Parts: sequence; structure tokens; C-alpha cells
Amino acid sequence: MSGQAVFWVVMDDTRLRRALARDVDAAFPLLLTAHQDRIYTIALRILADRADAEEATQDAFVRAYRALMDYPPERIEGLSLRPWLATIVLNACRNRRRRASDRRPPVRLGPLLEAGFDPGDPAPSIESIGEWRGEVEAWEGRLGTLSRNQRTAIVLHHVDGLSYPEIAGVLGQPEGTVKANVHRGLRRLREQLEAEGAQRREEMTA
Amino acid sequence: MTNLTTGGRFDDIEAGLAHLGATAPAGLATATLVATGLADAYASAPSPLGHLFIAWNARGVSAVTLAGDPDDFEARHRRETGRIAHRATALPEPLAKAIARRIGGDRRVPVSLDLRGRGEFERQVWMKALEIPPGEVRPYGWIAAEIGRPKAVRAVGTALGHNPVPLIVPCHRVVRSDGTIGQYSLGGPGNKRTILAAEGLDPDDLEAQARAGVRLVGSGTTHIVCHPTCRNARRIQARHRVPFRSLGAATRAGFRACRVCRPAAGLTAA
Repeated sequence: MSGQAVFWVVMDDTRLRRALARDVDAAFPLLLTAHQDRIYTIALRILADRADAEEATQDAFVRAYRALMDYPPERIEGLSLRPWLATIVLNACRNRRRRASDRRPPVRLGPLLEAGFDPGDPAPSIESIGEWRGEVEAWEGRLGTLSRNQRTAIVLHHVDGLSYPEIAGVLGQPEGTVKANVHRGLRRLREQLEAEGAQRREEMTA
Repeated sequence: MTNLTTGGRFDDIEAGLAHLGATAPAGLATATLVATGLADAYASAPSPLGHLFIAWNARGVSAVTLAGDPDDFEARHRRETGRIAHRATALPEPLAKAIARRIGGDRRVPVSLDLRGRGEFERQVWMKALEIPPGEVRPYGWIAAEIGRPKAVRAVGTALGHNPVPLIVPCHRVVRSDGTIGQYSLGGPGNKRTILAAEGLDPDDLEAQARAGVRLVGSGTTHIVCHPTCRNARRIQARHRVPFRSLGAATRAGFRACRVCRPAAGLTAA
């Protein structure tokens, strides 16, 4: 990418919707800039694989673009962009997982990192700071112990920050079910943390 | 019973989860824009004429030009298409293969083109040029006649000069109506001769025939008249070969136009 760098203004969703309703082609890059990090985060925390998450994110935005091209402006004006994009990326993750399960066994990054493998993240992020990387790895491992429903609900609510009614709409589940899944997930994570604590104490006294 | 709104019991966990936000990889936005056709990628690729810059997006190939200064290319691409061209390290493998086969004369390989924003007349001219087989040439006037604009010969020449995807849309197979090789947008007439020669034609021989006033060639046995490079014309044995200056002259001599190369009326040697 030589030549001039391009800086897009990050727009809030109300202005984004209006801009998209006016001209999808002109406003789509702004939607991408405003939402790519959170959509990638959802995909990454659901799929636990950078390459898969990157592809799922790209799939999701391409589908979003095609949908927007088909929608009349009134429909675009009425979209809740955050949950709408979350719905699309979850679908992309499901497709990706389906294909991935035909293709290869899941590879866990942890052992590879310990073996000196560099995942080569080109983007400077909080994760590239050593201490945080360990912490994030630990959370990835803990999320991996949740059921799919618990994990999805927790990622949408506590990582992405969607409300319970929004998640209910995204997942097509009753709000009570979403809340119960989040709660069960948190309880499971609590058990995990306690087990890790107990193990650390054991190692220190051993 | 525990409180479903968590009431502080999971504060540490919630804080940990809230820090799991990640940053999208650097090239993701660009790749996504290319995948929607809102931006293009371009890379350099070898060709018989030297290195090319080839630009593409999910809709198809949008530009082919001789490789030069990347900044100049990007500026011109922006001006002509309204889209940013992002430098990529290489063409996607399937695209590179398809283009190489197309340039090598294999017309069966599909290569989609992104010609958004170009005029309807220009597209008609380019689509018509795509019908000319490798190793054959047609005059500008033939394209004009085929697309139903027999008087627009000059405009056809201009449209071919603006062909954004030379080599893929083979504007090099369109020659001047007087039979001379004519101009070429991809580095000038020398390159046009080079590609035609690579496709098995002898440009000097073509021009010599044209100078001698030969526009069409008929077969004394079938009484069918063709463009000199039509595959049917090239099968005519020397002793049965009848040259003509125009379709009118051929028709008067009792010849009919070949249904493959469809010589048009009005292409007359001066």
C-alpha cells in the first residue's frame, strides 16, 4: 500500500446510518472503520483463531455490504448497526466453523507460543504487550471451557457490550435464556478461576 | 438464589472479559474493500511486453498497464475509476494463472472485468474486440459495423485507445481500416506488432497485403470471402486464393461473406 495513507473519520451509528441510507458505496468504508475492531473481536473470541477470525470478519462485512445494497434507504435508516453486524458475524463464524471442522483439527495457540512460534500479529494491540498476552491467553482458555451458547452470550454481553434485549434479538432466543446463559457462563468462569488459584497455591507449597 | 444481574459477585471476571477487545489486523479493511469492489488491489505481473501493473477487485480485473511509477499509477487509477488502488505483493494465484492463459491466447479461461463507470459505447466496442480470436485481426470499421454503428469508425479507434484492460480485451487485434497495424495504447505500435507476432501473425506481411490493396480474400472453390487472417481464409490454397478490395467487389464477383469473420460492406481499399 504505497502512496498516501487514508484516515477515515470514525462516525457514530446515527450519522453512519444516515450516510449509508444516502450512499452505501460512499459510507461503507466508514462503517468498516467504525466497527471492524469489535466485529473482529467477536469473531476472535468465538473462533479462537486469528486467521479464521480475520476471514469471518471479512465475510461478514462483504455480506453486510451486499445486504445494504439490496435494502431500500428507509430500511437502512431503521437498522441497529451494532446488533445487526453482530448477527452477521455470528453467522459467518458458524459457516467458518462448519467448514473448519471438515478441514482440520483445532489448533491451540498456547503450546505453539510456548514453543517460540510467533503468531505475527502486525497490528499493535494491547495483546502484544507480554503481560497482557499471557492474561488474554488465559481468558481464551477459560472461554474455551464454556458451552457454545454460554460463550456466545458472554462474548456479546461482556466483551462487546450488547444489551440483553439486543442479544436476544441477535440470537433469536428469549431474553431469559440469554441471561441464564450469561450467568451460567460467569459461574463456570468463577469455578475456573478458583481451580487455577488452588493449583497455583499447590504449586507454591509443593 | 443468586442474583442474575450478578451484583458484584463477578466483578473481577467482568473486568477481565471487558479487556478482551482486539484490534483488527492491519490489512483487513483494505482486503474487505477489495472484496466488495469499493477499492482495488494491484500488483505487478510479467508479460511478453515486460512487467505489467494489473488492478483488480472482487468484481474483476479493472486495469492493465505497463508497470511504471506506482504513485503515477495509483493517481491515474483514482482519477479514472474513483477507487483507491492498494499495492499488493502479488496477484491471487487463480487470477494470475487465468490472465497468463488469456494473454497466451486461451480464450476459454473466464476472466471477469470490472468496467464500471465506462461508457456504454466503449463497453460495446471492447466486448466486440473480445470476439476476435488470437492470431487474427479485424479493422476498426468491422467493429463499428458489428455493433450497429457503421459510421463510428473513428470513435471505435478512440474507445480502443481507452481500453483499460489491454491484452485481456485484445485491442491489439484491431487494425486500421487501411490495413496498417495502427496505434496501440500499451506502449505504442511496436508492442502491437510484438504481440501480434507472438500470436503467429506476420505484421509486415499484413501491411504488405494492405499496401497491395487486399482487404478480403476469397476461395475460388467455395466462393466465400473472408478477412485475410480469418481461420477460414488461411485454409485457402494459394492457387484458389482470390484477393478483393472490398465486399462489394467480392459480391459482384459472386462471392458471399464468410459467416465466421463476417466482412462488412463499406470497408474499401482507397
